[in-house]
Amino acid sequence: MQFFGGSEISPSPPVATASGNNAHMLYIFNRNGICLLYREWNRTLKTLSPQQDYKLMFGLLFSLRSLTEKMDPTSADKGNLGVPLLPGQGCSFHSFRTNTYKLSFMESPSGVKIILVTHPRTGDLRDSLKFIYNLYVEYVVKNPLYSPGSLIRCSLFNKSVDQYVRGLG
Amino acid sequence: MAAIYSLYVINKSGGLIFTRYLWHSMHAISQQLSPVSRCSGIELLQADTFDLHCFQYLTGTKFFVVCKPGSLHMEALFKQIYELYTDYVLKNPFYEMEMRRAI
Repeated sequence: MQFFGGSEISPSPPVATASGNNAHMLYIFNRNGICLLYREWNRTLKTLSPQQDYKLMFGLLFSLRSLTEKMDPTSADKGNLGVPLLPGQGCSFHSFRTNTYKLSFMESPSGVKIILVTHPRTGDLRDSLKFIYNLYVEYVVKNPLYSPGSLIRCSLFNKSVDQYVRGLG
Repeated sequence: MAAIYSLYVINKSGGLIFTRYLWHSMHAISQQLSPVSRCSGIELLQADTFDLHCFQYLTGTKFFVVCKPGSLHMEALFKQIYELYTDYVLKNPFYEMEMRRAI
């Protein structure tokens, strides 16, 4: 996946087409599976405790990535299913859809995973996820008081993410 | 024009492909993580080089199609395939349910 395309450092956000709550949840994980951020805007069903929820989400993504890499029809046969994959190695999925939600996924070269759960008829959100990643870089990574691997507690970051997500179609 | 790479059919207990247990568990997990109730599992998985469509019927039989990204009209294809499946396989008196089948 070409991550550093284009000449701009931050892609300009897509034009806001809707004002409603189209997004349900946002997760940000680091490469070790620690959930750095969980934002919730519209979630009516909660079946698990937060810790279980994060573990399940991370596990699902790990398995889906292995599955996608193994199932890739355009590549020669590689290692066994379940071999840990480096970010950017092999073919990775970028979204899946069910009848009730659509999950969009992006993994940065450093292993930071951004997951956005929206309603099922949402379009391709890869550029939006890149924009959220850029927000993360600007507000969190460049913050000298933030220690990597810890929970993100930055109200400015939360506000800008909320504002951006609210404008997504 | 959709380029279809492969087509898999699995029955309720899994039957054909190596990922049968993996797919069933991921299907279940995706239902648990749903923000709203009454989720029926993954219908479409989009990757960089392929799309995977999964259709589940009322009997529990799942059909998969692996195709080029952005392929359209998969639902019509699934309907046609299911019709053929019912006509040739299920109505075959020598077919045992849940049996792996070389069609």
